[in-house]
Amino acid sequence: MLSIKNLHAGIDGKEIIKGFNLEVKAGEVHAIMGPNGSGKSTLSNILAGKEDYEITSGEIKYKGKDLLEMSIEDRAREGVFLAFQYPIEIPGVSNINFLKTAINEIRAYKGQTPIEAKDFLKLIKEKQALIELQGTLANRSVNEGFSGGEKKRNEIFQMAVLEPILCILDETDSGLDIDALRVVANGVNKLRSKERSFVIITHYQRLLDYITPDFVHVLYDGKIVKSGPKELALELEKKGYDWIKEELAAVK
Amino acid sequence: MLATLENKKKIPAQLQGEFNSLLENTFASEPAWLKEKRKEAFEVFSTEGVPTRKDENYKYTDVKKIFDSKYTATHNKLHKGIAIPPPIAEGNIQLVFINGWLYKDSTLSAKLPKEVVVGNMATDGLGKYSEVLKKHLSSSGDALSQLNAALWTDGAFIYVPAKIILENPIEIIHIATGNNELLASPKHLFVIENNAEAQIIERSISVEAEKYIIVNSFAEVVVGENGKLQYYRIQNDCKNVSQISNIYTTLDKNSHFDTNTISLGNDFVRNNLNIAFEGENSEIHLNGLFVVSGNEFVDNHTAVQHNKPHCQSNQLYKGVLDEKATGIFNGKIFVARDAQKTNAYQSSKNILLSDDATINTKPELEIYADDVKCSHGTTTGQINEDSLFYLRARGLSEESARRLLLVAFANDVLETIKIDALRAYLEELINKKISHNR
Repeated sequence: MLSIKNLHAGIDGKEIIKGFNLEVKAGEVHAIMGPNGSGKSTLSNILAGKEDYEITSGEIKYKGKDLLEMSIEDRAREGVFLAFQYPIEIPGVSNINFLKTAINEIRAYKGQTPIEAKDFLKLIKEKQALIELQGTLANRSVNEGFSGGEKKRNEIFQMAVLEPILCILDETDSGLDIDALRVVANGVNKLRSKERSFVIITHYQRLLDYITPDFVHVLYDGKIVKSGPKELALELEKKGYDWIKEELAAVK
Repeated sequence: MLATLENKKKIPAQLQGEFNSLLENTFASEPAWLKEKRKEAFEVFSTEGVPTRKDENYKYTDVKKIFDSKYTATHNKLHKGIAIPPPIAEGNIQLVFINGWLYKDSTLSAKLPKEVVVGNMATDGLGKYSEVLKKHLSSSGDALSQLNAALWTDGAFIYVPAKIILENPIEIIHIATGNNELLASPKHLFVIENNAEAQIIERSISVEAEKYIIVNSFAEVVVGENGKLQYYRIQNDCKNVSQISNIYTTLDKNSHFDTNTISLGNDFVRNNLNIAFEGENSEIHLNGLFVVSGNEFVDNHTAVQHNKPHCQSNQLYKGVLDEKATGIFNGKIFVARDAQKTNAYQSSKNILLSDDATINTKPELEIYADDVKCSHGTTTGQINEDSLFYLRARGLSEESARRLLLVAFANDVLETIKIDALRAYLEELINKKISHNR
């Protein structure tokens, strides 16, 4: 589904991603862990199509197509979803209106007719229940005045409504208390399916207590330096990132 | 010296002739006091002339250039077979004017409470209610207001006597039309007496306006003790129509006056909105929104006179400017020495969508009382790129993401509109204008 080969990328002339490789198949959950400054957020921004980054070499194939050639909105319409680390507050735009516009533009892209009002309301109700989002939040302006936890929950709510194929969670656990973490993780678990893949980018292991990954990768200095089964996350949690750095230094 | 004097006296040559002709014909049967008032006003206009950019109040506004043509002011009631747009909401009391004259097919609702007058100046103001007119007709305003005072022919006459609460909004529609270069001078009088309440929607549109038309209007607004008036204005003509609008409002104590000025399509707009608090404990909300593109020009000048204590004024003006459009917001707040406990707020926020668009904003605070709260703020920015990215990352095209963000920007002003149908109508107009811009 997603194949990243030897990706080099940066911003303002500074290389941040330095030969990154990743293969994600349908239905898999990959966790990408790494210390601050290893390139985690750069990676998620590049996948979503943020225009500030320069790709110097390498390729990203999504469902066999060149992802880097696709516009931001076409990536979303093809099923790529980024749950933002810092969701943007947009005063004056209601969550509901925004989601309806998004759904209808995605449907139009696929040659489908706009969603019926009653079907839309049903969908919203159903997904709100799924991620335990209060009705009032859905009617408010996008993220405006939301607490940190509410913003993250709203990201997962949008993900549930838009039903993407590739879900990228960028530090979704940061700023969450333990209850919100559980709710968010439950939401994600309910969305897991044979067709849907997840790339979970995180600094800490704690989200992975609730969402069990198929693979764990360690991102360091712009590339994956170690991959392993879910137990690798526990090891990182116990030992921190220093032993990885030491291992790398020894190899060099 | 002589040259300066002559410049000052310079008024468009044919206007004197037009005025004389009106005096001899249209105004001939008017009472002497009114004719006298017209002559005095014309004299003031002749002395001051059309404002130039040397006038502080017209520093950024070249009003002279739109007067550089042979406008006729002597046009009469005309036109048959103009399609009148349906009311914004069913039950609205409609008054239709064409080039400043009441249209004969104007549909007046019969369901008005007794004693309420929703009519026109030429018939009601100069007829049965001439005492009301005489009492309230002021001589306020700059040269262009004086020009209106000299030339006005007709306009809305709305009289809501004490204790009457009008449930249905009154909807005034101005239609600018024709193939002559016209100067239309509508004059309105709105009197909302003690404990009375009304809602007025005034919208300007144009139908087949083939030649340039200037609408130089003047509204005298009087709100009595405990009175409430909501006054919504929508300026949405075509490119051939300029609007110069002067509003003078006086408020008695414990009254409320809310107004929204929405400008969406004229070539040139100058709004002079003047409010004077003449009693304690009154409150006003002046909101404005303009969405402009091309070479469109919108100038909002507000002047709030806090003459009495314990009054509150709130102003919010927002502009979206694209291409080579220009916007101006100039907000003057005057607080008299004994107008203690005044609260006066003013905010102007703008989005520039192009490098060639211009906005000038200027607060003018003149405060002589020592126990007041006054603040003003202005921001000018672009569309937030992070918001744009966020919306596109959910599948919205760049165009619809922009539209959503701009409509959201306008929403602060729209949500102050208390008539649901009007708000929906405006949302649609604004959506259209924003889509057209891109």
